[in-house]
Amino acid sequence: MAALIARAHRRQGPTRREFVMLFTTGLVAFFALWQALSMSGIVPRAFLPGPLDVLRTIVRLSYEKYSGDTLWRHLLASIGRFGLGFLLAAAVGIPLGLLMGWYRWLDDIVSPFFESLRFVAPIAWVPFAGLWFGTGIGGPMLVIFSGAFPPCLINAYRGAKYVDQRLVEAAQTLGASGPRMVADVLLPASLPSIVAGLRVSAGIGWQSLVGAELIVVASGVGYLMVQAQLNLSTPTVMAGMIAIGLVGVAIDVALRMLENRINRHWGRES
Amino acid sequence: MAPPSAITGNGAASMAAAGPAAAAAPRAARASTGSRRLYVGTIALAITVAVWFIASAAGWVTGGRFPTPSDVWRAALQISTDGGYGGGTLWHHIAQSCRLVLLGFAVAIGTGVPLGLLMGSSRRADALVSPVFMLLRPIPPLAWIPLAILWLGLGDAAKIFVIWVAAFVPSVINTFSGVRNVDITLQEAARVHGASRMVLLRDVLIPGSLPMIFTGLRLSLQASWTTLVAAELVGAFTGLGKVLSVATLDIYPGMILFAMVWVGLLGALMTKSLGWIETKALPWLR
Repeated sequence: MAALIARAHRRQGPTRREFVMLFTTGLVAFFALWQALSMSGIVPRAFLPGPLDVLRTIVRLSYEKYSGDTLWRHLLASIGRFGLGFLLAAAVGIPLGLLMGWYRWLDDIVSPFFESLRFVAPIAWVPFAGLWFGTGIGGPMLVIFSGAFPPCLINAYRGAKYVDQRLVEAAQTLGASGPRMVADVLLPASLPSIVAGLRVSAGIGWQSLVGAELIVVASGVGYLMVQAQLNLSTPTVMAGMIAIGLVGVAIDVALRMLENRINRHWGRES
Repeated sequence: MAPPSAITGNGAASMAAAGPAAAAAPRAARASTGSRRLYVGTIALAITVAVWFIASAAGWVTGGRFPTPSDVWRAALQISTDGGYGGGTLWHHIAQSCRLVLLGFAVAIGTGVPLGLLMGSSRRADALVSPVFMLLRPIPPLAWIPLAILWLGLGDAAKIFVIWVAAFVPSVINTFSGVRNVDITLQEAARVHGASRMVLLRDVLIPGSLPMIFTGLRLSLQASWTTLVAAELVGAFTGLGKVLSVATLDIYPGMILFAMVWVGLLGALMTKSLGWIETKALPWLR
């Protein structure tokens, strides 16, 4: 019955071919409209370069230096900062979340701080980050950390809280101590939740890094974009946006692959 | 949870892959009770504040990198009285930031929710619009700030544009998956009884997707606030982010901390008010 209804329902939607056609139309229309707007002169071309101009700028920036370095070197600097901050957030957030899931006193003590700090936007840490750790690597790392840390902690905590009670009891019967319980039962059992958290955290971390680079740093894609904005070079700004988007997608895809692997290994459908 | 679609990736309410609720019940019963939690939490926070005061009195915190309580008090007085700081008094900055967030948020949900409803209820519209989404969504909202400044300058318009970019996507995506997740039997039942498209939308799809819509609104509001603070830090005339950026240039830790506390307080206040509206709007979920 349900299958019958579902089939009847689906018949009202577009066929697969129609879907592909509409999809392509949307895609082409987007670029055509963009190109037409920039060529027509309704918007001055300096403010809205066409897609081809932006593509040309990306190619040019990959061998020509802009504000100190080529686009790819700027990107590499950003990725390095991101990687460090993200690893630090995971290295602190996941163990802390698991421990909070097991030791109630730790949960009681950490939660109020966590809850009150969570509402401070990661980007608001930028001033202190610069003051405490400088604007090289340390400062941006703190900003990424403050963005990427909460999802790591929350998901590890939830994973540990929702572990199958039978596993916990079985381990307790066999005399597992607290630390062993966390390492050998809670950690493996909450891996799927942790990896889901890592993905959210990477997204927020990458976005926080971009924000930090717009404000304080002297290299990286964010810095390149600010310089381009000061020079009124719209194509360069757009090139930076595209580069940021591409790296964001690459990070997400990598973590999604990890997630699928772990879910398959743990016999869970995501 | 959501059917696989072109635009639903993460970003929706995919915070935790929570386990089976049944297995959690015994542990949940064992978990901290509210009062105990409040008790321990208050003591922990009080001890931290006490340590801060003692460390400042003893001269371990000098105010060069982290402010002493008297620094913060001085900053609070300075920004609250006549001349203010960074271009206005505290009230002035707060009013400006809140006004922009609410404006940008209103524009974003005013455009995002209807688009989400359209894409959710018509697969053709979904097919047509989703490629644009797929192209633009990976670009973080903060990366739009330089472009917004180039296009619209440092005034309100640029801020509203950036907030719109940030808040639009979560409201579209969550509305979309809310509509797609409405029980198909309900939809068929409404059709059997002769509901037109509009009636179906008004009486079945919108009420059915309201919980997801509110999830989207919450994410949108948080994104709006973060983005506005960032945009004001990059360049603005007034606003809390402007206070932060001037305080950074002046190396004035007391003011930095004071402004950060306000950023956190207002963020919490907005989220709580939206939660309150949600319980009023969705009485059947209480």
